[in-house]
Amino acid sequence: MPRWDPFTMMDAMHREIDQAFRERWSDRGPGRGRTAFLPGQGARQYPLVNISEDAQNFYVEALAPGADPKSLELSVAQGILTISGEKSGLAQVTAEAYHRNERAAGRFVRTIPLTADVDASRVSAEYRNGLLVVALPKSEEAKPRQIAINVA
Amino acid sequence: MAEKTVPSLQDETGLGRREGTRADERYLIPPVDIFETKDGLTVVADLPGVGKDALDIRVAEGILTIEGRAGHAAPGTPVAREYELLSFFRQFELPENVDPDKISADLAHGVLTLKLPKKEAARPRKIDVRTA
Repeated sequence: MPRWDPFTMMDAMHREIDQAFRERWSDRGPGRGRTAFLPGQGARQYPLVNISEDAQNFYVEALAPGADPKSLELSVAQGILTISGEKSGLAQVTAEAYHRNERAAGRFVRTIPLTADVDASRVSAEYRNGLLVVALPKSEEAKPRQIAINVA
Repeated sequence: MAEKTVPSLQDETGLGRREGTRADERYLIPPVDIFETKDGLTVVADLPGVGKDALDIRVAEGILTIEGRAGHAAPGTPVAREYELLSFFRQFELPENVDPDKISADLAHGVLTLKLPKKEAARPRKIDVRTA
């Protein structure tokens, strides 16, 4: 029987609360709580990112429509990927000319911690149709290695 | 411009459903800016992940429909997902004074810009006053 430890308990509670929130916002039934594209909500992280991987690379796909390609900047340092840029607003439009104003604009910075080792010198990125795709090559140590089993 | 997509079918996630018969098909409602100039209206919509070929803009019976199929650009198996790209769909009722034949569209970096010029008769006309 494990000893009662208040810190472990707190940690477990924290995890449970986190999990409850994640479930609330994750997909439960049709159309329920999927993190859809909701721009103009200042408190959210911008841009939203999806992360995928294959044997060679990690891919970070950022949802950044209308960003000025010249303003986009990427850096990888100490296991943290930083994406910054600017989505410019419609400068010439006066407030009273607007019928609707739903698109947000402004500068953005987002940092994404990378869990595995990445070869920072070979990171490449592409910006197409408002999606920024960053390919981060895995370092040799982080690549999955097939281990042969010797049958005696 | 009046919204034509029924807003009550939209929940707080920004996802919407079309009319009951197509309830299975879920889509995203793109955020738009609409502003007016003396020549007409301009509609600017964020459509990330939608290429030129996947975009369908049409006007029928005074209703402007913007529809686009969005696709993910990154390969590989997903590790973490914060958003989902579905089709974009939104409709607006055009005002009387817009000339539907002269609408032009431009797509750049996932942002669609639609120019809807006013009909000639609806434009303000400056009349020169001659003095004898």
